[in-house]
Amino acid sequence: MSTGILGKKIGMTSIFESDGRLVPVTVVKVGPCVVTQIKNMETDGYKALQLGFEELADRKINKPKAGHFAKSGGKGFSTLREFRVENTDDYELGQVVGLDIFSVGDKLTISGISKGRGFQGTIKRHGFSRGPETHGSRNHRAPGSIGQSAWPARVIKGKRMPGHMGTDRVTVKNLKVVDIKPEENVILIKGALPGSKTGILELRKAK
Amino acid sequence: MSNIIEQIEREQMRTDVPDFGSGDTVKVHVKIREGEKERVQIFQGVVIKKTKGMNKARFIVRKISGGIGVERTFPVYSPSIDKIEVVTRGRVRRAKLYYLRDRRGKAARISEKRPAYLK
Repeated sequence: MSTGILGKKIGMTSIFESDGRLVPVTVVKVGPCVVTQIKNMETDGYKALQLGFEELADRKINKPKAGHFAKSGGKGFSTLREFRVENTDDYELGQVVGLDIFSVGDKLTISGISKGRGFQGTIKRHGFSRGPETHGSRNHRAPGSIGQSAWPARVIKGKRMPGHMGTDRVTVKNLKVVDIKPEENVILIKGALPGSKTGILELRKAK
Repeated sequence: MSNIIEQIEREQMRTDVPDFGSGDTVKVHVKIREGEKERVQIFQGVVIKKTKGMNKARFIVRKISGGIGVERTFPVYSPSIDKIEVVTRGRVRRAKLYYLRDRRGKAARISEKRPAYLK
């Protein structure tokens, strides 16, 4: 069984549990993914499956990619991602991996690319506190002192400062599968997931 | 894409909810779990607000309990609601009856809606 699969975030809603509790869920369109490459011990040094997600029109595939996709049946995919597996013997190129690898109640680890926030200050980016807004204060959202004086006479590496925020790879662990709708290829996961709607997500079984 | 969300929300909706609105006096039969046992409690009062939404539709019921106003918000399609009974239809001129919060006793009454054939 593959330990993971690719999906696309559709949006959030909430559903009622049978006991009346309202659970916030993220709706993710999952797979079906196709095995495009099998990495093995002999040639690659590790065992993994490369899965393709979201079919791509032929005119958008360049020749090197077309050669790669030809080995697994010729269908091109917009997203390729590797997932480690214990045993690659059960798989063959072109095999379809669906969301039947998950069941309701499973705990998942999900990775995605967070929403871009642009250039942000220290308050939003690192959670610094702000100065007083009034009473003669002229220090509102400034970062404050960034170090000492004659010694060490430099700013230490890794000092948290303003800069670009977001568009990072974010991983959230222990997310519970609330419901699976196989006819729609849709999975409902409790809580929020990283990234915007239509963002690509990697769904793995939690270890 | 988002029609999948709409479909999921539509599936949550119940078909056994009666037609009611602001100003109506309703009895809400709420299921309450006590350990393993389940019993039904009735909350009766005036609907002062009803918000739209697929599975997110809500309504607020206000009643006077022991001289103190009590308001409770219910999801219209919650599975923990056994049933909703409409006791009387009230004649009101606005959708949100927040003004009832500032009124006591006689002033907080709502007259009953006259059926169309009497008009």
